[in-house]
Amino acid sequence: MLPRGRAVIVMLGLGAGLLAVLPLFVSPYYVELGTYALISAMLALSLQLLVGCTGLVSLGHAAFYGLAAYTVYLITPANEARSILVTLPAAVAVAGLAALIVGALSLRTRGFFFLMVTLAFGQMVFFLFHDTKLGGGTDGAFLPRPLLALLDWQLPLTRRQRPYAVYYVSLSLLIAMYVGLVFVLRSLFGRVLEGIRVNEHRMQALGFHTYRYKLAAFVIAGLLAGVAGHMWAMHRGFVNPELIAWHRSAEALLMILLGGLSTLHGPIIGALAYTALGEFAQAVTERKLLVEGLIVLFVVLALPKGLSGISLPRRPRREAPPAPSPTSPAEAHPHG
Amino acid sequence: MDFPGLLAQLLNGVQYGLLLFLIASGLTLIFGVMGIINLAHGSMFMIGAYVAFLVARHWGSLWLALPVAVACGIVLGLVLERCLFRFFYAREHLDQVLLTFALILLFEESRSLLVGNDFYSVPVPALLDFSVPITAGFSYSAYRFAVIGVCLALAALLFWWIERTRMGAVIRAAAEKPEMVDILGIDARGVHMTVFAIGTALALVAGALAAPLYSVYPNMGDGFLIISFVVVVIGGLGSVSGAFWSALIIGLVDTLGKAYAPKVAGLAVYVLMAAVLIWRPSGLFGQQRT
Repeated sequence: MLPRGRAVIVMLGLGAGLLAVLPLFVSPYYVELGTYALISAMLALSLQLLVGCTGLVSLGHAAFYGLAAYTVYLITPANEARSILVTLPAAVAVAGLAALIVGALSLRTRGFFFLMVTLAFGQMVFFLFHDTKLGGGTDGAFLPRPLLALLDWQLPLTRRQRPYAVYYVSLSLLIAMYVGLVFVLRSLFGRVLEGIRVNEHRMQALGFHTYRYKLAAFVIAGLLAGVAGHMWAMHRGFVNPELIAWHRSAEALLMILLGGLSTLHGPIIGALAYTALGEFAQAVTERKLLVEGLIVLFVVLALPKGLSGISLPRRPRREAPPAPSPTSPAEAHPHG
Repeated sequence: MDFPGLLAQLLNGVQYGLLLFLIASGLTLIFGVMGIINLAHGSMFMIGAYVAFLVARHWGSLWLALPVAVACGIVLGLVLERCLFRFFYAREHLDQVLLTFALILLFEESRSLLVGNDFYSVPVPALLDFSVPITAGFSYSAYRFAVIGVCLALAALLFWWIERTRMGAVIRAAAEKPEMVDILGIDARGVHMTVFAIGTALALVAGALAAPLYSVYPNMGDGFLIISFVVVVIGGLGSVSGAFWSALIIGLVDTLGKAYAPKVAGLAVYVLMAAVLIWRPSGLFGQQRT
């Protein structure tokens, strides 16, 4: 789960540096797209604590993400933006509280049932905002975006500078989240979570109260999803029930699988790759879902360890020639 | 609350519940026997509805839609089992979820490619396009009665198949203890293909029956899929009779909720499910497994 080996750490540092200088070289459109990718990465990373670390597959994670975004909407007055120092803690607190309630109930079940209960709770939150006028109903609602402000002082930003600021805030939060999770996973707590993933009964036999550990992981994941949801509200200034729809939760799972289940940086790679692929698909064809579906199918069938599971070529030993892949005979011999 | 209105809502609830049963029974059988979480089951329902729409448009007869839906369902089930799902029985839940999620995307996109993204209504067959008078001031759509009848007949057939035939015994055994079925030397592959084909066909039939009632529209499978999962969870995984009763409960709760408390109706079903799971984590009718 943790980054192993100097090469990986250097690569991660390079990746972070690349993301930091990216806005200097691309058009504002891609800065906005990059912000969206970073937010997706936060969502996927928070879910990884459950899926990859603890072995809990949740299909309702977008609920906490969406709740945080709606919290920003609900605490912001109609014509006046609030400081991020108010909105972020509030959004995260609401997401965490919701995760505590949902987790306390759904962790009584396991496996398939856990999947279904988290899905059902996600749908409950979805219908809460879909059917009532609490947050603009089905159409969603616009909100004044949170300001980068401290008390009376406000970061002086022009309209053109603001997307860059939001990009860097998102990037910092993502890096902070990653580093924080590295420390969490290195602690005894993280080891217990890993033990639960491998064999929960054994951890119970060792005397660990696994329910409490799983609940703590669920709440932390919810809090972090809340950070992502808050950044969505700050980025787009718009909320609608689609944020909470189970498709969003499934997408987050997909990013994790695309990037790799067994590493902490996998979801980040997955989210960036997924966003880029989606953008590419949209540019090439009108049938975006078709491309996405085929990619998922390919990853599930042929790349079970995800993108981060692809190891660097390190002087392959001579073995029997690999059998030509039956799925893509055209690509198997590009030069032949 | 007037009595005829209530009666109409009750009948609607039963009819909706029976349709849910057709979808949920396939879902629960496929999970019970093969351990597959099939999110694409909702797409099967959607395909059934579009089959009915296309058959009605091109051949002008909704009657043909039922046999066509059954045939399509069996073929689709066999192909999917043989080419895809067979390799996923031993995989993690996560892989199954994503595989079937990918199938949803592909089926939806193919639907949009072939038929487009418009709403279409499907006419009720002329023979059933009338109302059955029940009391002096109240009559009820004959087509809905027919749907109730067809669903009940299919349910009876399904119970007979599972409870009275040799293959049904194998299916029950496989849901209970799959290793035992292997040890006894029964060829599980045939059973898997049959179960998949029948489950898929039931979902397509449900879609075909539902087309005139709900019309056909993009992503129509989604709502039915998730409600069907609720049915399966409340009924107990792998239990067809559990699915039957819980489908009726859900159908009634949802329909009556929408009629008398529209604000909270969307939530009611999920609250019910959460309550059931807290009370009995294996569902109302499922065996309490240790």
